[in-house]
Amino acid sequence: MENLINIFIKSIFIENMVFAYFLGMCSYLAVSKTVKTATGLGIAVIFVLAITVPVDFLLENYVLKEGALKWLSPTFASVDLSFLSFIMFIAVIASMVQLVEMIVEKFAPVLYTQLGIFLPLIAVNCAILGGSLFMQQKAFLNIGEATAYGLGSGVGWFLAIVGIAAIREKIQYSNVPAPLRGLGITFIVTGLMGLAFMGFMGIKL
Amino acid sequence: MSEPLFSKKNLKLLSDPLNDSNPITVQVLGICSALAVTAQLKPSLVMAVSVMAVMGFANVIISLLRNTVPNRIRIIVQLVVIASLVILVDQVLKAYVYDVSKQLSVFVGLIITNCIIMGRLEAFALGNRPWPSFLDGIGNAAGYGVILIIVGFARELFGSGSVFGLQIIPDSWYIANGGFYENNGMMILPPMALITVGIIIWVQRSKNRKLIED
Repeated sequence: MENLINIFIKSIFIENMVFAYFLGMCSYLAVSKTVKTATGLGIAVIFVLAITVPVDFLLENYVLKEGALKWLSPTFASVDLSFLSFIMFIAVIASMVQLVEMIVEKFAPVLYTQLGIFLPLIAVNCAILGGSLFMQQKAFLNIGEATAYGLGSGVGWFLAIVGIAAIREKIQYSNVPAPLRGLGITFIVTGLMGLAFMGFMGIKL
Repeated sequence: MSEPLFSKKNLKLLSDPLNDSNPITVQVLGICSALAVTAQLKPSLVMAVSVMAVMGFANVIISLLRNTVPNRIRIIVQLVVIASLVILVDQVLKAYVYDVSKQLSVFVGLIITNCIIMGRLEAFALGNRPWPSFLDGIGNAAGYGVILIIVGFARELFGSGSVFGLQIIPDSWYIANGGFYENNGMMILPPMALITVGIIIWVQRSKNRKLIED
């Protein structure tokens, strides 16, 4: 249990998707103009990451990894399909996003209309594929750890986008140099937020 | 089809993304990978070349398929084409430049979700002939690569005092050897990539006033 909490906290603060790996920057920059939309997208990302990372973990360990097909028949022990992981992961993500979209539409129509176009766009958010690829690289031991990692990464991304959206709402009232307005200042503010988040690096877990 | 291969219109496809419609600083696409790999020049260059290869071919393939793929399933077709090309690039990198491929780690895979590629496929290749699409792909990848190389150069020079792994700042300049110079360790850290790109945008927009946002 302690291990799971460690992974969770670490993926939120120390290995934050946005500030440490710059994943999901495109939607981070495009959808961070107001706090409200940013919150909606952030929640959707948490949702999708928490589902796709464990599913891709199962796929990786029971289909793709070298020797992973042993459960089918001992003759498959030497089969290594890991070169297929990119295409399998992206397929899982695209179908999961579709599934989540249908579930949300059915059971939470209010949230569905709030999220609107952002839900399908999550399929091409690099934070989602990044989550699965990091999961593969970190070689988690069981599905619990993978879920904790997916959930934590999502929460980290959520914090980052809500933070920058709040700052951008305030920055509108400041006198920023003209060539720096909009994109430029957002980059620099994100950099400064990243520096602040680096303060968490000293924490030993 | 009497148009010459390198007509003015086609050359504009190549040169526009380098400045006026640069994918990173103007269209805001493909930021994710641009920032993470630029702590040194060599991975930046490899990344730029990989994206160029994937993008050029993906644009050509989608452009050839543009009249046969039904509109409703085009996204998944595009993802499959891109993912297959990225698998090829990944295998080539692993075979020939293993150390760089290790350094790039997950970011080779993340070329799949690089929004420049999807963006150009949607915006250009779906509506144009293969040759202009190829040029558009190469041009946009070059615009992306230029920013990557500038950021990589600045971060490696100021952060480790070297270019392409070769020491540029003389050893005797360092404080440890009785000199006055110290590497700026902050340049290596991830947040400085963001700030460097912010400064590039600032410089570009102050030269090119029509890009300024209100």
